[in-house]
Amino acid sequence: MDTTIRELSYAQAIQEAMAIAMERDERVFLMGEDIGVYGGAFQVTGDLVHRFGEDRVMDTPISELGGAGVAVGAALTGMRPIFEFQFSDFAALAMEQIVNQAAKMRYMLGGAVSVPLVMRFPAGSGTGAAAQHSQSIEAWLGHVPGLKVVQPATPHDAKGLLLAAIEDPDPVMIFEHKLLYKMKGPVPEGYYTTPIGKAEIRREGKDVTIVATAIMVHKALEAAETLASEGIAAEVIDLRTVRPMDRETIIASVKKTSRLICVYEGVKTLGVGAEVSAMIAESDAFDFLDAPIVRLGGAETPIPYNPELEKAAVPQVPDILKSARDLVNGVR
Amino acid sequence: MGDKIIAQAKPKAEEGRHNLPFAFRHYSPGELGQALRKMYLIRRFEEGAEESYTRGLIHGTMHLSIGQEASAVGISLPLTDDDMITSTHRGHGHCIAKGAEVSRMFAEFFGKETGYCRGRGGSMHIADVSKGNLGANGIVGGGIPIAVGAALSMKKLKTGRVVVSYFGDGANNEGAFHEALNMASVWKLPVIFVCENNGYGMSTSTRRSTAVANVADRAAAYAMPGVIVDGNDLSDVAEASHAAVERARHGEGPTLIECKTYRHRGHSKSDRNRYRTKEEIEDWIANRDPIQLFEAQMQEYGVIDAAGIEAIRTDVEREIEAAIEFAKTSPAPDLAGLTRDVYTDLA
Repeated sequence: MDTTIRELSYAQAIQEAMAIAMERDERVFLMGEDIGVYGGAFQVTGDLVHRFGEDRVMDTPISELGGAGVAVGAALTGMRPIFEFQFSDFAALAMEQIVNQAAKMRYMLGGAVSVPLVMRFPAGSGTGAAAQHSQSIEAWLGHVPGLKVVQPATPHDAKGLLLAAIEDPDPVMIFEHKLLYKMKGPVPEGYYTTPIGKAEIRREGKDVTIVATAIMVHKALEAAETLASEGIAAEVIDLRTVRPMDRETIIASVKKTSRLICVYEGVKTLGVGAEVSAMIAESDAFDFLDAPIVRLGGAETPIPYNPELEKAAVPQVPDILKSARDLVNGVR
Repeated sequence: MGDKIIAQAKPKAEEGRHNLPFAFRHYSPGELGQALRKMYLIRRFEEGAEESYTRGLIHGTMHLSIGQEASAVGISLPLTDDDMITSTHRGHGHCIAKGAEVSRMFAEFFGKETGYCRGRGGSMHIADVSKGNLGANGIVGGGIPIAVGAALSMKKLKTGRVVVSYFGDGANNEGAFHEALNMASVWKLPVIFVCENNGYGMSTSTRRSTAVANVADRAAAYAMPGVIVDGNDLSDVAEASHAAVERARHGEGPTLIECKTYRHRGHSKSDRNRYRTKEEIEDWIANRDPIQLFEAQMQEYGVIDAAGIEAIRTDVEREIEAAIEFAKTSPAPDLAGLTRDVYTDLA
């Protein structure tokens, strides 16, 4: 096994994962809008069409519902499709196939079939694309039994989780934060998988647990660095998988730190942090809490266009700093 | 006058096989007898299910296809066990026509572990994957893109198999229908779209819901043949299906077949039939019943006699009784298995 590690961007890591998967398994193919010669709306598929041909890197019409259904049907009957949405917001056009068909097919048919389907969703705000191209909707899909939902935060995990998703017999939804596509990080060469359903402790600490998703992991790590200089040791957990959620890692951390902040870009109410908080409130870690749980989520608003408003609509490093300081200092 | 001319024009078997309707030229008496048997089996299965529902043995709801049997059986005739179908909420007929066992279907309706979906799906999700039936569907138009995806697999895997997607007239106004037909045509996929137009999407007539006179007219927008057939004439349906299946198998792409038909029963168990007249319903039952029509044809062309028909009916009766008994006496699912098969068990 080749274990050479290079610096790759998050987008390059995803592209490499898809190329490896297609080389390993003839059943794997890509579907999506403008993923061929255009290279994908975010250049993630890049030049894969030239390497693998139009039959395996298939441009679809602008038909999210139909396209998603085709992917479900192909997955049901022996293929391993990877379906790219141009923007995660467009999942709204395909919810029928994702939620009513892909997620439930195995259950409804009493286990007679599996739906080994991967869907990739460029997600999140920060690009000035406004309300219909900037949402974080992982909680919508995380609410559906039958789906698995992941949010890689690093190039390493973007590749490893995608390869794990392709190997998985069930439908896996991958939310890729658009602002991470250009972020570089160490990525091993060759095939490896990152386990679905397992969170990762990105920084250890004893004073406060910060559970973060996607780009918020990096904001939490930046905040943790500042907090360390102030004598506050924050533990940063990269959730990585929304469903199934890694309860053990979070519970163990909260028992250690006695304080919990959840940071996520999706709308705060009924979001991923609501589940993390409730899960802790129901667990034996509740008795260890020294302070109320804090949720830092997206504002109760569509994502606005103006760049300053846009920033204000999602949690930022100063928000994390303030919450952590207040928690540790007993300010309510 | 018109009736007389048609009657005279009808050829007798001895006058030459080439003038017989398609099914009587193309299939053996044995195969035609099997087709009639399947139509009975569908009819009696649904009547049995309806009775069991009335007696409280089946809960939930169901959508009966009584009156539409020729379309299910006729479309299936040129299919092999390896070919696939996607079906609809009115899908019992499709399932039986594709070769399912009525015992396991009844067991599913009774919510039993021995049912096709182990009691998890019920009438609206009845499936028999082993016979290529990818399942009924509770969502109008939900199966159409899935059929296109299955056809994409068949093409990619070079299997030579075809996929049939059944749907009703209601589905032809869903976006999924249009998106799916377009992609199937662009990619020349081996799929046959079968619209069973029974005149009403629940209570709304096609005249009130659909801008074109025929669903098949919409095929033109997707550059594929659009064929209209008398959906209550088994031979007409089989002829259109045969041509479409051949076309699909030879890589020439999809076809849209519209079977004009009628459901004798209401949309579901809550239907009070306020949107259609008693006269209309009675006319279809008395004069255009697909089973009666096919029986008459078979007798006219000397394929079967009254005793032969009676023997089939008796045989089906026995099968239905045994199937209901199997369902009644089968074990219920274990409550501990509630969340089984939400995900594939990797252990």
